[in-house]
This record gives sequence, structure tokens and C-alpha cells, in this order.
Amino acid sequence: MNLMTVLLVAAALIGVGVWGALAQQTFVMLMMGIEMMLNGVILAVAGFWAFTGAGLPKGQVLVIITMAVMAIELAIGFALVTAVYRARQADMTEGIGSLKG
Amino acid sequence: MIGTIDVAFVVFSVAAVASGCGVFRVDSMIRATYLLLASFLNVGAILVLLLAEYLGVALLFMMTAEMIVMGLFMVMFMMNPAGLNPMNMVHQPRFAAAAGVVAAAGVAVVAVFADFPDAPVDAESDTIRELGIELLGGSMLVFESIGVTLMATMVCSVILSSATGRFGDGYEGSVAPALEPGGDHRPADDLYDPDAAMGHSMHGMDMGGMDHGEMDHGEMEHDS
Repeated sequence: MNLMTVLLVAAALIGVGVWGALAQQTFVMLMMGIEMMLNGVILAVAGFWAFTGAGLPKGQVLVIITMAVMAIELAIGFALVTAVYRARQADMTEGIGSLKG
Repeated sequence: MIGTIDVAFVVFSVAAVASGCGVFRVDSMIRATYLLLASFLNVGAILVLLLAEYLGVALLFMMTAEMIVMGLFMVMFMMNPAGLNPMNMVHQPRFAAAAGVVAAAGVAVVAVFADFPDAPVDAESDTIRELGIELLGGSMLVFESIGVTLMATMVCSVILSSATGRFGDGYEGSVAPALEPGGDHRPADDLYDPDAAMGHSMHGMDMGGMDHGEMDHGEMEHDS
């Protein structure tokens, strides 16, 4: 276990997240793709803290910020999905194509 | 020299990535939720291996609660109730897979070729205590800002998802007005068309009660 292997695992998680977020049609599954990307980001930040930061606790604070971003993304995302469903009866990305050129 | 930590790291990494891939391959949104939880738990375990014990365990607790909430939403928006219908809920699969590979390759190139300083954590140091002092000391502004932001998030999500809007019924306050008096408030090309949706490989959708073209707003409120 070194920085390179940790970052490679994080790269795989971020790639899976990008794939999922772009391929899924439902808003909730799309949000799971974003969560998966942030999962990889958390791992990468923790890896940088553990191997290059000389144990400075500020690196861990960055992980806590990322976790807060994840929670906010989920809460606001679900609220938006509910609001979009109320307004348009759409639970899929194709359902709100009115802004498409 | 391969130690226990390396073996554990490989096991957790493979499990995290495999369950992560499973999230977008399974047929059920509930299964996807639990696979995402498994992926997060494995990353939490890797964080513990990296000596970020507090963060690893916090991730474990936080994600367990978050995925339970997510499971509720998955049931609400489920495309394939009880797994009775075959489900294919992807679009543009080739483009998405290519984008995922490119993104992973981009980060992997950095991981392999970039030159980072080598300053590992001292295994003897008390990282949890240092983090606590940092959070309530030098980084207290960051910590408190996160708390206030989460508070604002709660207020925002309640307002966004509330059924009653500022101008009365939420359906009235949040949608565009009709183009001509008495008309439907949605543009014609935006009306939900079940036939078109079926054409988009939506086999699992329940179309009953979704034909809102004729439905008035009062009925809709009872349904939801």
C-alpha cells in the first residue's frame, strides 16, 4: 500500500462514478454516480494526507469538507428531484428536455 | 515484503471497486443502494488502514445512515417494483463507458507519473487527537462553516420539496404560466408522452396514473 496504489483505486472509483452518472437515466441513480465519484475523491485525499502530508491534521479537515459536500449534494439533490417530479412528473433525465436546443 | 496491511488493502480495494461497478449493473435500485453502501464501507476500511481512523469510522456511520435514506428514495422512484419487470435504465452506454475509462485513465496517469513528496504519517502519532485539536482550534472556522452550511441545506431542502409553494399550491408556484389563457401551463413538446417514454426502453415504468395531460392539479396532489 503506497500513494500510487491508493490513487489507482481512487481513479477506478472516479471512473466508475463518471460512467454511472452519464449512463443512468433516473435522477436518483445519476446522484449515486456523483456519490461514487466523491467516494474516490475521499480516498485520494486521505491517501495524500497519509503519504505526503507528514501527518498534518489539515489534510483530514479536507476529507471532512468532502464528506460535508457529499451530504449536501444528496440532500439538495433529493429535494430537487422531488420538486422536478412535482412540477413535471419526470423522474428521468429525458423527462425535462425543454431547455434542450 | 507483503504484510497484512497490504493484503487487507488489496481485498478492500477490489471489494470497493467491484461493488462500485455492481451499483450500475444490477437490476434493482435497492440492490444498487446497498452495493454503493458496500463500496463506501470498503473505502472507510481503507481509510482506517491509512491511519485516518476517525474519518474511516465516521464515513462508515455517515454512509450507513445516508444509504438508508437513499433506499427510501429509491423505493419512491423505483422503476422496477418488486423486480417483476426486466429493467434497462441506461442511455448512451458506449459514450458513458468511454468517458468513465478516460476519467479513470486521467487520474491513473497522475498517480503513476507524478512526483509527490514522500512524507508519510508517523504511525506512533495520535491522529484522532490531532484532528480534534485542529477542528476546534486552527480550523474552527471551517468546521463551524460546515455546520452552518448543513443547516442552510436542511432549510433549502425543506423549501424545495415542500408541497405548498410561496404563491399557494406548489404546482402553481413552481411551473411556468400558460401560453394562452386557460391552456395547459406546460409547453406542448414538454408534455409527458408515455408512448415516447416506452420507446426509450422504459419497460419497468408503471404508466397508470401518469397521464397527467388530462389530470387536474387537485387529483395530482392526492396521488403524490
